Amino acid sequence: MIVSTLASGDTIELKVTPDPYVTVRYAGASGYFNPIHIDEEFAQRVGLPGRILHGLWTMAQVARAHTDAAGGPESLKRLSVQFRGMGRMGEEIVVSGTVREVANGIAVVDSQAEQAGSRLIRNGVAEIATG
Amino acid sequence: MAVKTDAIGKTYPAVSYAVGREKVREYAWAVGETNPLYVDLEAARAAGYADVVAPPMFAVVYAGRAVTPALFDPEVGINFANMLHAGQEFEWGPVVVAGDEISTTTTVRDISERGGMGFYELVTESRNERDEPVCTGIWRQIVRGA
Repeated sequence: MIVSTLASGDTIELKVTPDPYVTVRYAGASGYFNPIHIDEEFAQRVGLPGRILHGLWTMAQVARAHTDAAGGPESLKRLSVQFRGMGRMGEEIVVSGTVREVANGIAVVDSQAEQAGSRLIRNGVAEIATG
Repeated sequence: MAVKTDAIGKTYPAVSYAVGREKVREYAWAVGETNPLYVDLEAARAAGYADVVAPPMFAVVYAGRAVTPALFDPEVGINFANMLHAGQEFEWGPVVVAGDEISTTTTVRDISERGGMGFYELVTESRNERDEPVCTGIWRQIVRGA
Protein backbone atom coordinates (compact mmCIF):
# COMPACT_ATOMS: atom_id res chain seq x y z
CA MET A 1 0.00 0.00 0.00
CA ILE A 2 1.21 3.45 -0.92
CA VAL A 3 0.78 5.84 1.95
CA SER A 4 -0.98 9.05 1.08
CA THR A 5 0.96 12.27 1.53
CA LEU A 6 -2.07 14.54 1.31
CA ALA A 7 -1.80 17.73 3.35
CA SER A 8 -4.35 20.31 4.39
CA GLY A 9 -5.27 22.57 1.44
CA ASP A 10 -4.11 20.09 -1.23
CA THR A 11 -6.49 19.66 -4.14
CA ILE A 12 -7.42 16.66 -6.22
CA GLU A 13 -9.03 16.62 -9.64
CA LEU A 14 -10.27 14.07 -12.15
CA LYS A 15 -11.82 14.77 -15.56
CA VAL A 16 -13.81 12.18 -17.47
CA THR A 17 -16.12 12.38 -20.48
CA PRO A 18 -18.67 9.55 -20.39
CA ASP A 19 -19.08 7.90 -23.79
CA PRO A 20 -22.56 7.01 -25.17
CA TYR A 21 -22.44 3.40 -23.96
CA VAL A 22 -21.05 3.85 -20.48
CA THR A 23 -24.46 3.37 -18.85
CA VAL A 24 -24.91 0.08 -20.69
CA ARG A 25 -21.54 -1.21 -19.50
CA TYR A 26 -22.23 0.03 -15.97
CA ALA A 27 -25.70 -1.53 -15.88
CA GLY A 28 -24.21 -4.90 -16.81
CA ALA A 29 -21.27 -4.58 -14.43
CA SER A 30 -23.28 -3.34 -11.47
CA GLY A 31 -26.66 -4.99 -11.96
CA TYR A 32 -28.56 -1.67 -12.01
CA PHE A 33 -30.87 -1.95 -15.01
CA ASN A 34 -33.30 0.93 -14.42
CA PRO A 35 -34.37 1.78 -18.01
CA ILE A 36 -33.90 5.52 -17.47
CA HIS A 37 -30.17 4.75 -17.83
CA ILE A 38 -30.23 2.46 -20.86
CA ASP A 39 -33.41 3.06 -22.88
CA GLU A 40 -33.59 6.41 -24.70
CA GLU A 41 -37.31 6.17 -25.52
CA PHE A 42 -38.27 5.13 -22.00
CA ALA A 43 -36.24 7.97 -20.51
CA GLN A 44 -37.96 10.53 -22.75
CA ARG A 45 -41.37 9.03 -22.03
CA VAL A 46 -40.92 9.68 -18.30
CA GLY A 47 -39.93 13.28 -18.95
CA LEU A 48 -36.14 13.09 -18.98
CA PRO A 49 -34.08 14.69 -21.76
CA GLY A 50 -32.76 11.22 -22.56
CA ARG A 51 -30.80 8.43 -20.90
CA ILE A 52 -29.00 9.69 -17.80
CA LEU A 53 -25.93 8.48 -15.96
CA HIS A 54 -26.21 6.26 -12.90
CA GLY A 55 -25.52 8.38 -9.82
CA LEU A 56 -23.44 5.52 -8.44
CA TRP A 57 -21.27 5.58 -11.59
CA THR A 58 -20.60 9.27 -10.98
CA MET A 59 -19.87 8.49 -7.32
CA ALA A 60 -17.38 5.87 -8.56
CA GLN A 61 -15.57 8.69 -10.42
CA VAL A 62 -15.41 10.66 -7.17
CA ALA A 63 -14.03 7.58 -5.41
CA ARG A 64 -11.49 7.06 -8.20
CA ALA A 65 -10.30 10.66 -7.90
CA HIS A 66 -9.51 9.96 -4.24
CA THR A 67 -7.88 6.56 -4.63
CA ASP A 68 -5.77 7.82 -7.57
CA ALA A 69 -4.60 10.77 -5.48
CA ALA A 70 -4.01 8.68 -2.38
CA GLY A 71 -2.21 5.78 -4.01
CA GLY A 72 -4.72 2.95 -4.01
CA PRO A 73 -7.90 1.33 -2.76
CA GLU A 74 -6.67 0.68 0.80
CA SER A 75 -6.49 4.40 1.50
CA LEU A 76 -10.18 5.23 1.03
CA LYS A 77 -11.93 4.63 4.35
CA ARG A 78 -15.17 6.55 3.90
CA LEU A 79 -17.05 8.43 1.19
CA SER A 80 -20.36 10.22 1.58
CA VAL A 81 -22.13 12.10 -1.21
CA GLN A 82 -25.41 13.75 -2.16
CA PHE A 83 -26.76 13.24 -5.68
CA ARG A 84 -28.12 16.22 -7.61
CA GLY A 85 -29.10 16.88 -11.20
CA MET A 86 -28.89 14.49 -14.12
CA GLY A 87 -25.60 13.36 -15.59
CA ARG A 88 -25.47 13.11 -19.38
CA MET A 89 -23.19 11.25 -21.75
CA GLY A 90 -20.81 13.16 -24.03
CA GLU A 91 -20.08 16.07 -21.69
CA GLU A 92 -17.04 16.31 -19.49
CA ILE A 93 -17.41 15.74 -15.77
CA VAL A 94 -14.95 17.40 -13.43
CA VAL A 95 -14.44 15.91 -9.98
CA SER A 96 -12.68 18.28 -7.64
CA GLY A 97 -11.75 18.04 -4.01
CA THR A 98 -9.85 19.92 -1.32
CA VAL A 99 -8.23 18.49 1.78
CA ARG A 100 -10.02 20.17 4.69
CA GLU A 101 -7.78 18.82 7.44
CA VAL A 102 -5.41 16.04 8.35
CA ALA A 103 -5.65 14.64 11.85
CA ASN A 104 -4.91 11.31 13.53
CA GLY A 105 -3.71 9.77 10.27
CA ILE A 106 -6.89 10.65 8.38
CA ALA A 107 -7.21 13.29 5.66
CA VAL A 108 -10.74 14.68 5.31
CA VAL A 109 -11.48 15.76 1.73
CA ASP A 110 -14.47 17.84 0.57
CA SER A 111 -15.47 17.13 -3.01
CA GLN A 112 -18.02 17.57 -5.76
CA ALA A 113 -18.64 16.49 -9.36
CA GLU A 114 -19.75 19.05 -11.92
CA GLN A 115 -20.90 18.77 -15.53
CA ALA A 116 -21.63 21.75 -17.77
CA GLY A 117 -22.06 24.04 -14.78
CA SER A 118 -24.43 21.79 -12.90
CA ARG A 119 -23.39 19.82 -9.86
CA LEU A 120 -24.09 16.09 -10.11
CA ILE A 121 -22.58 15.39 -6.72
CA ARG A 122 -22.32 17.81 -3.88
CA ASN A 123 -21.27 17.73 -0.25
CA GLY A 124 -18.85 14.90 -0.94
CA VAL A 125 -16.82 14.05 2.15
CA ALA A 126 -14.08 11.45 2.09
CA GLU A 127 -11.71 10.08 4.70
CA ILE A 128 -8.34 8.94 3.45
CA ALA A 129 -5.76 7.12 5.55
CA THR A 130 -2.48 8.99 5.46
CA GLY A 131 -0.55 6.43 7.48
CA MET B 1 -50.70 10.84 2.72
CA ALA B 2 -48.39 10.03 5.61
CA VAL B 3 -45.42 7.72 5.29
CA LYS B 4 -45.56 4.39 7.09
CA THR B 5 -42.92 4.09 9.78
CA ASP B 6 -43.68 0.57 11.09
CA ALA B 7 -40.70 -0.88 9.22
CA ILE B 8 -38.10 1.19 11.12
CA GLY B 9 -35.66 -1.26 12.64
CA LYS B 10 -36.64 -4.10 10.35
CA THR B 11 -33.74 -6.31 9.26
CA TYR B 12 -33.70 -8.60 6.22
CA PRO B 13 -32.04 -12.01 5.86
CA ALA B 14 -28.36 -11.87 4.86
CA VAL B 15 -27.62 -11.95 1.13
CA SER B 16 -24.35 -13.61 0.13
CA TYR B 17 -22.23 -12.69 -2.85
CA ALA B 18 -19.23 -14.57 -4.28
CA VAL B 19 -16.74 -12.06 -5.70
CA GLY B 20 -15.50 -13.25 -9.10
CA ARG B 21 -12.24 -12.18 -10.77
CA GLU B 22 -13.86 -11.41 -14.12
CA LYS B 23 -16.71 -9.53 -12.41
CA VAL B 24 -14.17 -7.28 -10.69
CA ARG B 25 -12.43 -6.68 -14.04
CA GLU B 26 -15.76 -5.98 -15.75
CA TYR B 27 -16.73 -3.52 -13.02
CA ALA B 28 -13.32 -1.79 -13.12
CA TRP B 29 -13.63 -1.39 -16.90
CA ALA B 30 -17.16 0.03 -16.62
CA VAL B 31 -16.08 2.78 -14.23
CA GLY B 32 -12.79 3.58 -15.94
CA GLU B 33 -10.49 2.17 -13.27
CA THR B 34 -7.02 1.36 -14.63
CA ASN B 35 -5.11 0.58 -11.40
CA PRO B 36 -3.42 -2.79 -12.11
CA LEU B 37 -4.49 -4.05 -8.67
CA TYR B 38 -8.06 -4.30 -10.02
CA VAL B 39 -7.32 -6.06 -13.31
CA ASP B 40 -3.88 -7.65 -13.30
CA LEU B 41 -3.61 -10.83 -11.22
CA GLU B 42 0.19 -10.76 -11.15
CA ALA B 43 0.28 -7.14 -10.03
CA ALA B 44 -2.25 -7.86 -7.29
CA ARG B 45 -0.30 -10.88 -6.05
CA ALA B 46 2.98 -8.98 -6.20
CA ALA B 47 1.36 -6.38 -3.93
CA GLY B 48 0.42 -9.08 -1.42
CA TYR B 49 -3.22 -9.73 -2.32
CA ALA B 50 -4.62 -13.20 -2.94
CA ASP B 51 -6.35 -12.07 -6.14
CA VAL B 52 -7.43 -8.93 -7.98
CA VAL B 53 -8.74 -6.22 -5.64
CA ALA B 54 -12.30 -4.93 -5.96
CA PRO B 55 -12.44 -1.11 -6.28
CA PRO B 56 -14.08 0.34 -3.14
CA MET B 57 -17.25 1.26 -5.04
CA PHE B 58 -17.69 -2.40 -6.01
CA ALA B 59 -19.66 -2.34 -2.74
CA VAL B 60 -22.67 -1.38 -4.86
CA VAL B 61 -22.48 -4.83 -6.45
CA TYR B 62 -22.28 -7.03 -3.35
CA ALA B 63 -24.32 -4.80 -1.03
CA GLY B 64 -26.73 -3.37 -3.60
CA ARG B 65 -28.56 -6.62 -4.13
CA ALA B 66 -29.15 -6.88 -0.39
CA VAL B 67 -30.93 -3.50 -0.47
CA THR B 68 -33.47 -4.56 -3.08
CA PRO B 69 -35.73 -6.63 -0.77
CA ALA B 70 -36.14 -3.62 1.52
CA LEU B 71 -36.85 -1.25 -1.36
CA PHE B 72 -39.59 -3.60 -2.61
CA ASP B 73 -41.02 -4.44 0.82
CA PRO B 74 -44.69 -3.33 0.97
CA GLU B 75 -44.19 -2.70 4.68
CA VAL B 76 -41.60 -0.05 3.78
CA GLY B 77 -43.99 1.18 1.12
CA ILE B 78 -41.71 3.04 -1.28
CA ASN B 79 -43.43 4.41 -4.38
CA PHE B 80 -40.83 3.66 -7.03
CA ALA B 81 -42.18 6.00 -9.68
CA ASN B 82 -41.34 8.93 -7.41
CA MET B 83 -38.13 7.63 -5.82
CA LEU B 84 -34.81 9.46 -6.07
CA HIS B 85 -31.47 8.16 -4.85
CA ALA B 86 -30.62 11.22 -2.78
CA GLY B 87 -27.44 10.24 -1.04
CA GLN B 88 -24.98 7.46 -0.45
CA GLU B 89 -22.31 6.77 2.10
CA PHE B 90 -19.83 3.93 2.40
CA GLU B 91 -17.33 3.16 5.13
CA TRP B 92 -14.76 0.53 4.25
CA GLY B 93 -12.77 -1.97 6.25
CA PRO B 94 -10.32 -4.51 4.79
CA VAL B 95 -10.32 -4.54 0.98
CA VAL B 96 -12.36 -7.12 -0.90
CA VAL B 97 -10.58 -9.39 -3.36
CA ALA B 98 -11.81 -11.91 -5.91
CA GLY B 99 -12.61 -15.17 -4.16
CA ASP B 100 -14.13 -13.46 -1.12
CA GLU B 101 -17.64 -14.44 0.00
CA ILE B 102 -19.46 -11.34 1.20
CA SER B 103 -22.53 -11.53 3.39
CA THR B 104 -24.71 -8.43 3.65
CA THR B 105 -27.60 -7.65 5.96
CA THR B 106 -29.91 -4.68 5.42
CA THR B 107 -31.71 -2.72 8.11
CA VAL B 108 -34.30 0.04 7.77
CA ARG B 109 -32.70 2.72 9.93
CA ASP B 110 -35.17 5.55 9.47
CA ILE B 111 -38.32 6.62 7.66
CA SER B 112 -39.58 10.17 8.02
CA GLU B 113 -41.57 12.82 6.23
CA ARG B 114 -40.80 16.48 5.63
CA GLY B 115 -42.43 18.89 3.24
CA GLY B 116 -44.53 16.25 1.57
CA MET B 117 -41.52 14.06 0.85
CA GLY B 118 -40.66 10.70 2.36
CA PHE B 119 -37.10 10.08 3.51
CA TYR B 120 -35.88 6.49 3.70
CA GLU B 121 -32.55 5.50 5.17
CA LEU B 122 -31.33 1.92 4.78
CA VAL B 123 -28.10 0.54 6.22
CA THR B 124 -26.12 -2.41 4.85
CA GLU B 125 -23.47 -4.25 6.83
CA SER B 126 -21.19 -6.42 4.71
CA ARG B 127 -18.75 -8.98 6.11
CA ASN B 128 -16.28 -11.29 4.39
CA GLU B 129 -15.82 -15.02 5.03
CA ARG B 130 -13.52 -14.21 7.97
CA ASP B 131 -16.35 -12.16 9.53
CA GLU B 132 -14.41 -8.93 9.04
CA PRO B 133 -16.57 -5.85 8.38
CA VAL B 134 -15.62 -4.87 4.82
CA CYS B 135 -18.25 -2.21 4.21
CA THR B 136 -21.08 -0.31 5.86
CA GLY B 137 -23.41 1.43 3.44
CA ILE B 138 -26.03 4.09 4.13
CA TRP B 139 -28.57 4.38 1.30
CA ARG B 140 -30.74 7.51 1.31
CA GLN B 141 -33.85 7.58 -0.85
CA ILE B 142 -36.35 10.40 -1.23
CA VAL B 143 -39.91 9.79 -2.43
CA ARG B 144 -41.74 12.84 -3.75
CA GLY B 145 -45.39 13.21 -2.89
CA ALA B 146 -45.25 10.73 -0.02
